[in-house]
Amino acid sequence: MAEIKNYTMNFGPQHPAAHGVLRLVLELDGEVIERADPHIGLLHRATEKLAEHKTFLQAVPYMDRLDYVSMMLNEHAYVMAVEKLAGIDVPIRAQYIRVMFDEITRVLNHLLWLGASALDIGAMSPMFYTFRDREELLDAYEAVSGARMHAAYYRPGGVYRDLPDSMPQYQASKIHNAAAVKKMNESRQGSLLDYMEDFTNRFPKCVDEYETLLTDNRIWKQRTVGIGVVSPERAMALGFTGPMLRGSGVVWDLRKKQPYEVYDRIDFDIPVGVEGDCYDRYLVRIEEMRQSNRIIKQCIDWLRKNPGPVMSDNLKYAPPGRESMKQNMEELIHHFKLFSEGFHVPAGEVYSAVEHAKGEFGIYMVSDGANKPYRMKIRAAGFAHLSSLDEMVRGHMLADLVAIIGTQDIVFGEIDR
Amino acid sequence: MEAQALQLVQSVLAYIGLWDLLGGFIVPAWHTIWTVLKIIAIIVPIMLGVAYYTLAERKVLGFMQVRPGPNRVGYWGLLQPIADGLKLLLKEVIIPTNSNKFLFLIAPVLSLAPALAAWAVIPFDDGLILADVNAGLLYLLAMTSLGVYGVIIAGWASNSKYAFLGALRSAAQIVSYELAMGFALVCVLLAAQSMNFGEIVRGQQGGYGMFGWYFIPLFPMFVVYFIAGVAETNRAPFDLAEDEAAIVAGFHTEYSGMGFALFFLAEYANMILITALTVVMFMGGWLNPFHGWGVLGELTDNVPGLFWMLGKMFVFMYLFLWFRATFPRYRYDQLMRLGWKVFIPLTLVWVVVVATWMQTPYWLW
Repeated sequence: MAEIKNYTMNFGPQHPAAHGVLRLVLELDGEVIERADPHIGLLHRATEKLAEHKTFLQAVPYMDRLDYVSMMLNEHAYVMAVEKLAGIDVPIRAQYIRVMFDEITRVLNHLLWLGASALDIGAMSPMFYTFRDREELLDAYEAVSGARMHAAYYRPGGVYRDLPDSMPQYQASKIHNAAAVKKMNESRQGSLLDYMEDFTNRFPKCVDEYETLLTDNRIWKQRTVGIGVVSPERAMALGFTGPMLRGSGVVWDLRKKQPYEVYDRIDFDIPVGVEGDCYDRYLVRIEEMRQSNRIIKQCIDWLRKNPGPVMSDNLKYAPPGRESMKQNMEELIHHFKLFSEGFHVPAGEVYSAVEHAKGEFGIYMVSDGANKPYRMKIRAAGFAHLSSLDEMVRGHMLADLVAIIGTQDIVFGEIDR
Repeated sequence: MEAQALQLVQSVLAYIGLWDLLGGFIVPAWHTIWTVLKIIAIIVPIMLGVAYYTLAERKVLGFMQVRPGPNRVGYWGLLQPIADGLKLLLKEVIIPTNSNKFLFLIAPVLSLAPALAAWAVIPFDDGLILADVNAGLLYLLAMTSLGVYGVIIAGWASNSKYAFLGALRSAAQIVSYELAMGFALVCVLLAAQSMNFGEIVRGQQGGYGMFGWYFIPLFPMFVVYFIAGVAETNRAPFDLAEDEAAIVAGFHTEYSGMGFALFFLAEYANMILITALTVVMFMGGWLNPFHGWGVLGELTDNVPGLFWMLGKMFVFMYLFLWFRATFPRYRYDQLMRLGWKVFIPLTLVWVVVVATWMQTPYWLW
């Protein structure tokens, strides 16, 4: 009898389903995967090292570029670390704004995940629907920070500025005539809060729409139910966090377990799965979008009623107001020092983590009292998830591998950093 | 018609004074010339149909996915297929170093040729058929089965792992679904008692318009046939052979330029062929769906059969696109399970049911 040999296949780094630059060396027995060996490092940009050479403020934009589909959540972990180390108090309004944008970001991330993972499994339409809705959230990013992706909106001590009172409007062009533009601008007549409220009212219907296409679809279920099952014990042992852990039925969410900012004042639920397969993780993420929508609504209500400062008044760390800087010597000096030398943070070390859209995103920082961190270590959720890929796909078929990569919600920006 | 056309040619040529020169060559070869002309009259519209089917696909998908689709080349994107064709024609044909060059080049041809040859036996209207052969059904099964060789050879000759996996998947898939398809056709054969497509359509003619068509007594077969047709043409949700998420582009991963274009043409020609067959065998071909329906029937009886034939085909062609926009993709083993454990037993049972039913007085078709 002829000897049958396994088949080694390179999956990526240039591959349509590799989600960036994942390189997988697969050992296949026919279509069945015997071993999957993920190779990382193709998107390594030395973020940690770069941060050691920048002032604390200058490192904020690098955080956006880690997990580039949930930008503000990365920033959040970083600014929280700096604030803890320096003991800066953040005004309550800034905390609400951060929570609101954290949840907007979570929705952004889950929408992209939903579109991409549906596309991996072969359903092409959800991608376009989720991108339609992402667009509106990115407009909110743009209105508040000027950038659609790399916002750099959270700063140590609060947020860069208060929410805008007006939204940018579409202008008539060759493609959209005046009547069409008027319709598109309908939700943009008021402030950012009005705009977001309009979105939160519409969004649950959009989620229903995605669910119509997928949740009860026989093929979708055949492709996801029972695929990539992880038991709760294994999930914890493998260092899973976020929807990957909750999909296995472990009730763990930093927003509830160690509430930061104002999450303890907000009413929301933590969805958990039962089986720990791709389908449960899908359902968990869908429900998380609905819960995020609830959180955003509560933040909008609070923010409407409670105006106030959005930046700490500790001028050793937070920049002074523009006007006072022009009139006041002391403030001018603060401004100059903050934007040239940067602020010094007391010596010490800190770990701060947020419930990132993908799991626990943490920043471990050591300061020696200088104006830049002595060492910074990023704990990326995706890294632990990707490490478990071999265990999750073993014995599954090639097409399941794609579904499992999709369900892990891998973004190489944060894994390779 | 053949003789009248010859007379027409003769009078035209005589008018310009060339008949004395050419007549001696034309008359003996006229039958061949006439056949070639008919082939051209079928192939050219099919090729145009394929080109504009791709545009229709992109437009339909666009509308279903809240985006406009192609709208830059020509008004409403109407020149887009031409631009695509030109682009592919001008692109370099890359032959991988370690491929088997002869097979690599012959594979797209093997894939397209049967897809076009099968059209010979499709009746577009009463008598409007290239080859009115009595074993039309068998010829068709033979031709559509040949198409798989193009795919297998392409995957093997490319010497690429992705292409190889795609080719294996596709081979297994086409062979399995061919069976279910064959049994579905046996039911039609039983009902029509003929393998001639013209006869099959005429067998569906009755006094009650669309109630006389075979999709009613053979409804499960109609569904199985169409689904098997979708699988046979490697279209979503059965597009495993070109599962871009797992195996890049499947069997045509290594093809570029015109080689790729030929596979593309073959796929779309096959899709149109499947719709034509579904219409001919189950939906009454060129027959008027309202025939015998009182006033409506009288009003529509004068509409040419070609209109009905094409109209019905458009409906099924639209279904292909609708499926693609809606469904996720099956996994390989699930596809096989559907084929072997659902479709084949179902068709086998229905063959017996139809055969028995036809012996009773309750068979009305």
